[in-house]
Parts: sequence; C-alpha cells; structure tokens
Amino acid sequence: MHELSLAVDLVEQLVEVLEREKATKVLEINVVMGAMSGVERVPFEFAFPVAAEDTPVAGAILNIEEVPLILKCSDCNQETETDDLIMVCPKCNSVSVEIVQGKEFLIKSMEVQ
Amino acid sequence: MCEDCGCEQGNARVYFEHSHHTGDDEIHIHVYTDQIVDRQKNGIHIHVHLNAEQPTHHHHHNSDEHTHDHDHDHHHTEEPSREIVLESRVLARNDEFAEKNRTFLREKNCVAINFISSPGSGKTFLLEKTLEGLRGRVKCAVIAGDQQTDNDAVRLQDKGAPVVQIETGSSCHLNAEQVGETIEQVLEDGTELLFIENVGNLVCPAAFDLGENFKIALLSVTEGEDKPLKYPVIFHDATASVITKNDLLEHLSVDMDKYRDSLNKIHPHGRIFELSALTGKGMDSWLDYLESLVH
Repeated sequence: MHELSLAVDLVEQLVEVLEREKATKVLEINVVMGAMSGVERVPFEFAFPVAAEDTPVAGAILNIEEVPLILKCSDCNQETETDDLIMVCPKCNSVSVEIVQGKEFLIKSMEVQ
Repeated sequence: MCEDCGCEQGNARVYFEHSHHTGDDEIHIHVYTDQIVDRQKNGIHIHVHLNAEQPTHHHHHNSDEHTHDHDHDHHHTEEPSREIVLESRVLARNDEFAEKNRTFLREKNCVAINFISSPGSGKTFLLEKTLEGLRGRVKCAVIAGDQQTDNDAVRLQDKGAPVVQIETGSSCHLNAEQVGETIEQVLEDGTELLFIENVGNLVCPAAFDLGENFKIALLSVTEGEDKPLKYPVIFHDATASVITKNDLLEHLSVDMDKYRDSLNKIHPHGRIFELSALTGKGMDSWLDYLESLVH
C-alpha cells in the first residue's frame, strides 16, 4: 500500500504550489497514471482523501487519467497500444521494443482558488 | 485614459493607481468610478478572472454598481478559480533525494544495487553468501530494510562489510530519504558496492528510486513460473533477475524454461542468474557479474 505514501507526497507538492501561487484551496486535481507506473487507481483513490485531510487540499476532486502501455518496436517500426504488460510487440512479436508511454505518474494540473 | 492601452470608460476617472505588468503573469487591472467614493465605506469589488489563455482580462465596475455598504476594507468577494498546469512527477520529492544519493555515491565511486523480492525469496541468505564470496575482491556495504527487527543486520554481521538496518515500521518500502540518512553512516572509504536490501515486497519498492545504479529482482524456484508476468513493473525495471533456491528443484515440478520465458517477456535480453546460495551452484557467475559492475 505505497499509494498512501504517494498520496502524502502529492498533497505536500500541491500545498507547496498553493503557497507559491498565493491560492488558498485546491478544487480539483488531474493526475496521469500509466499502466506500468506501479500505482493502482483504487488504493490511490482511497489514500488521497486521507492524505488530504486537514490540508488546503481537503475536499479536492481527484481525476485520474489512466494511460495504457504503448510500445515502439524497432523491428516493425510501429507504436502499438497494448493491455498486456509484456515487452513483446503486439504486431510482430519482436522483443526489440521500448516503452513510449505507460511508466508515467504525473500531476498534470490543478484547479485552485 | 490609460496611455498604455487606451482603456477608458465614459468620463470616468481612474480611481486607483494602476500598473501594467508585462510578462508571463501579466495582470492588468483598471478601476474606474464616476464619483469619488470612500473606499473605507463604499466597498469596491474587483473581479479578476485570470486565465492562462487570456492573461489580460479585466472587468470594470462603477462604484454605484455595488451600492451596499461595507464596514471593512473589502476589495473582492469570491476568488475565481484558475488552472495551474504542472506536469510534474508525483514522486518529485523522492526523486530529489534519490538524485542526492546518486551524486553522493558517484563522488565516492560506489555502485549501489537495490535488491528487491517477495518476502522469503532468499535475499538475506544470498547476501550472506555474496558478501563471503566477494570478500577480498570487492569492498561491500549493506543497508537492510525491514518493517521490524534488526535480524537481517545481525545475520549479515562479520561478513567483512558494514551493515546498517533501517526499520521502516509500517511502511512497505524504502524511500530515498531513508537511504540518504543512512548512506554516509554505512559507506567507508573505498566502499565499492552498496547492497540496499529492500523490504520484502515486489510491488511497492518498484515505485521508489533510491538513487541506486541497478535494481536486481529475486525470485525463488517455488514462487511460480509466471511470477514475473504477475509483477511486471519490478521485473521490467530490474537490470538482472536472480532465480534462487535452485537446490530445491529436485523436489519440485517446475519448468525453468517457463521462468526464463516469463522473464524474457518482461525484460528481453535482461541478465538471468539461476543459483543456489546453499550449495554454491551458480554463485561463481553471479559473483563475477557483481565484480564486473564495479571494476
């Protein structure tokens, strides 16, 4: 359940941004979660309000955009989205692939007041 | 009239002094009134809507639009909301500590390995035998992470390498800050290889960069051939994987080809070591590999 640590880190960052921007409250936050990020949506959604309690982030709406794994194959030269979390090109079965999307876990933006 | 922008409203006069900020955070506000009002008594409401796409956006209110009195100095009612684009990593803070650790290790010419596996895969026993095997060849140090007890540190004593235990309490992983607090304590002059034995867990430690040079994942022959497919993040990130407890193979009906196949699907061309720390089988190539990382 490392999602709680991640949620605490997230809230700390949001509070720093709030202070820097001279805003008082976070209304909404948009997070991007890659399929290979090692973070799960459900425990993170559970942890976020707990971490936000008693901070200016409390009550903020958490929007999670889950992004799938996309592999770029250097044999068939194609970029392919895949639900299977394996490093095998879904088009040509080559293992000469690299991840172009799916590792990220980002704070994309926040709505503040 | 404002000479900078020509902004004017009827015969209104500029009530407040105003300024123009030019730059990324451009704010441009004019307040006009038809009559001089006492700001202390007649509240003047300024609604400013800041918008990244329309940085110059101003509203004018004549004072008589708000005729109700305020008994306090009041320049705005409700703050409008605005969007801040960040695009930053949630783990940015951990990453900063990890980068500090990495810099420190580089200055010390020390290579660090983050050892990750399920509980009971044989990390500590393999480390015991590894420290014994590298004695006189590579100067090692160990940071051992567990939720409770210093049992691992005790087991790893007297193997020729300093050992420091981190008890993480309820936490399921080591983070870069914890490692940073310990790293100076455990590294001696000339330490070439630092083993960071993470908390037994294949999921959580995978998300936290500790500043290591390599992650190495372990799994034992009893854990199932498809385990790498079930925990793809760590087996993908690991530079090498070690299949431990090969001495048990004669008692099991496992197919080592399937283990290799699973690992290759998650990390094509990754190094795979198959060994038994108990019998010593496969230990030579493992120790040679570790030595090659530092020499």
